[in-house]
Amino acid sequence: MSVSINIKNIVKSYEEVEALKDISLSIKPNELFGFIGPDGAGKTTLFRILTGLILANRGTININQWDVVKNYKQIRKITGYMPGRFSLYMDLTVEENLRFYARLFNTSMEENYDLIKDVYEQIAPFKNRRAGVLSGGMKQKLALSCALIHKPRLLILDEPTTGVDVISRKEFWELLKKMQKREITILVSTPYMNEAALCDRVALMQSGKLLTVDTPQQIVNDFEGHILAVKADQMYPLLNDLLTIKTNGQVYRFGETLHFVTSANPTKMQEKITSFLEEKKYRNISVEKIIPVIEDCFLAFMNKTTTSWTKEKK
Amino acid sequence: MDKREKIIEVENLVKRFGAFVANNNLTFDIYKGEIFGFLGANGAGKTTTIKILCGLLKPTSGKVRVAGVDINKHPEDVKKRIGYMCQFFSMYNDMTVKENFRFYGGIYGLNKKDISDRTNFYLDKLNMKSIENMLLKNIPLGWKQKLAFSVANLHHPDIIFLDEPTSGVDPITRRQFWEMIYEASDNGTTVFVTTHYMDEAEYCERVSIMSEGKIKALGRPRDLNINDVFLKIARNVE
Repeated sequence: MSVSINIKNIVKSYEEVEALKDISLSIKPNELFGFIGPDGAGKTTLFRILTGLILANRGTININQWDVVKNYKQIRKITGYMPGRFSLYMDLTVEENLRFYARLFNTSMEENYDLIKDVYEQIAPFKNRRAGVLSGGMKQKLALSCALIHKPRLLILDEPTTGVDVISRKEFWELLKKMQKREITILVSTPYMNEAALCDRVALMQSGKLLTVDTPQQIVNDFEGHILAVKADQMYPLLNDLLTIKTNGQVYRFGETLHFVTSANPTKMQEKITSFLEEKKYRNISVEKIIPVIEDCFLAFMNKTTTSWTKEKK
Repeated sequence: MDKREKIIEVENLVKRFGAFVANNNLTFDIYKGEIFGFLGANGAGKTTTIKILCGLLKPTSGKVRVAGVDINKHPEDVKKRIGYMCQFFSMYNDMTVKENFRFYGGIYGLNKKDISDRTNFYLDKLNMKSIENMLLKNIPLGWKQKLAFSVANLHHPDIIFLDEPTSGVDPITRRQFWEMIYEASDNGTTVFVTTHYMDEAEYCERVSIMSEGKIKALGRPRDLNINDVFLKIARNVE
């Protein structure tokens, strides 16, 4: 049976900072659910409340029929948790770490080997190396093996891909997709916006608030306005020049292009920008209408909702 | 060929740790005012190279000149000519913003007047004058990183090394941070930056991609098509 989660009106403050401001959302059985947002969004705090490590000031969370406060023992048995700074024992070898975690849950490495096989085989050649000397990508795979060794039905991964290179990140997501097929409900947080597209549904978070909760596709569909990707030979002055065009939208850098957000007719705006840049003697001008990605949506939400941090403090 | 003055010159750089070759015969130049992206998978050997360029590690062999200084002969002199910031260590949390500026200014041997003038200059520019007496630990990450960048610039270094400066920072602040990088580069400061955000690699003038201790590709992002090249190069390792 897969695990579902019901989060209702969770509030959590640390001294002066309100880390979570009335968070409510539900997670469906067997969902691969992403919490997307920068540091300080509240992702780790929410995960720590979910796993019973800290208590919320207000609100309730149910994992299946269990309450996270009253029934934390039952919940622990079915939950695999991988904290942001991997909690591995640096002086133990790869294999020793894994056996240690297995024993904590009264199981053995052999008993559930089937579940960790895909992940563990990638690090097995180094099983006699101390965890402390592994590269970031390998530590991440070992930490995942340890979180899986007791065959959890709920897997909570706090920024498993942060600081990890693009390749290892890609492989890690492929592993998560495989895990999901084993009827595990997976919660994963990440600051990399482009990883949102790999989840079934995501919550975009910022400063303790949910900006939106939906499928990545729907979030993109709901984007208000159009985006034109603008490129020319001189990218640095281009941004300042584009900012002088009267528009109610935003202009910002995005990889090798600038994104120009407009609520006007995109074809007309495309012509307007092109002739404006030709007049300014730019060369190799390219103005293309593109489909927004999650980071565009996140920026749009931020512009709508963010007040300055110092103002908020007062 | 780039006509600008060379600010970093690396020729046949090798660094071994026992039998392990972390840097295997690297040769590259970086120019004054350039924004140079230093990319590669975890474990490719990037950190070793950065430590050598900052005068913190001695090369096993090879020639390295940073801001005109021979790193083998005068590693201490290099430290005065460079600035450094990374995600995990940049400033002290239990000092105020102003105290951090004063502390770093002191380390770099600036006089009191310069420290106070430059602190005011940067705080004004960042619009953070109102928080100068706040403890650093009470300030959000994105703000801290902008402050850290200014502190690393305080002694007007020739080169500034940024090791994953925007990791975990929100998308708006990330872009503001890059505006600061462009401005520094416009003023002639060379920026040497590592990142795991591929869109940021595109913001660099040139990038190098490292794998297994070697530089496997080097060029302008648009010529390299970095996303594909990075995947190809790093995949071969596994």
